Amino acid sequence: MPDSQIVVETATHAEAHNPALLHHFAEPQQQRDAASLGMWIFLATEVMFFGGLFCAYLIYRTWYFADFAAASTSINAALGGANTAVLICSSLTVVLAIWAAQTSRRALMLLMLVLTMLFGLSFLGIKGIEYHDKFVEHHVPGASFSFEHQEVPSHPGQYANPRHAEIFFALYFIMTGLHALHMIVGLGIFAWLLWMAWKGHFTPEYHTPLEIGGLYWHFVDIVWIYLFPLLYLIDRHK
Amino acid sequence: MSAPSDHSKSSPLATYFAVWAALLFGTFLTYEVAKIDLGPWNAAVALTIASTKALLVALFFMHIKGAHERLLKLVVITTIAFLIILLTLSMADYATRVWN
Repeated sequence: MPDSQIVVETATHAEAHNPALLHHFAEPQQQRDAASLGMWIFLATEVMFFGGLFCAYLIYRTWYFADFAAASTSINAALGGANTAVLICSSLTVVLAIWAAQTSRRALMLLMLVLTMLFGLSFLGIKGIEYHDKFVEHHVPGASFSFEHQEVPSHPGQYANPRHAEIFFALYFIMTGLHALHMIVGLGIFAWLLWMAWKGHFTPEYHTPLEIGGLYWHFVDIVWIYLFPLLYLIDRHK
Repeated sequence: MSAPSDHSKSSPLATYFAVWAALLFGTFLTYEVAKIDLGPWNAAVALTIASTKALLVALFFMHIKGAHERLLKLVVITTIAFLIILLTLSMADYATRVWN
């Protein structure tokens, strides 16, 4: 009987020494759930963080709708639409990277992580072109801001109040700027995930960092899904 | 098969690509609908499409659908509830207050 006892003990011991399982968790599933719950609580704070800005946007948009419409029409909606598509594709490559980790497809996982980062960089590049346009047109709030004689869409002869349009552009730069900052942080996280994946840290049994990083990336995608119609498409019909 | 038996599903790939296609279609739709004059309904349509897209991402890419942990669902629902409180109470105040 002592023999079988030893076998049982080594078996338990071997499982307890799963290198990815931290000692204060009972089992890998509990550890994964704790990490995921923590991330969701962080995302809840992020929702309230962006929520305040969306609330400010909503109030000013209701007050100065015509001016907001005129200012919104001056932004390149095609670039904004392209950026939406780019982010949606990057969200797909994130879930594909996790699927590849779950099914032990190392090359596919690395490729999808690289693609995610390339999509992220493309997004920032397109955003840069957009910011450059606004800078050249003097639509950046501040001393050199100018929005004179801009017609309100579908109201010929009515001009937007430059002071009110300036509020739109301030919200545009703060909201897209904060979003772009999240993209830059996301790129940093994915660079780290790529490094971990390259070193072979992710297995079908343990790839929690990929899932947590993915949650962050998808959240940033969702913020953009709302920013795009609210900032770019207020009153596009002629 | 090297695929692990997690969630005992076959392959989620078909779902992932279907959601991706739906999201791209939603983007195209919101871009085109914005060019049609629907009066006050333009904003409603735009927000409905955006919320549908956000829901698709949350359910299928962030795996809220199929999440077995009820605590997680509680966090998500609480988040949305507080966002709605923030937006509706603020707008209720601004919409009903007499300004000068």
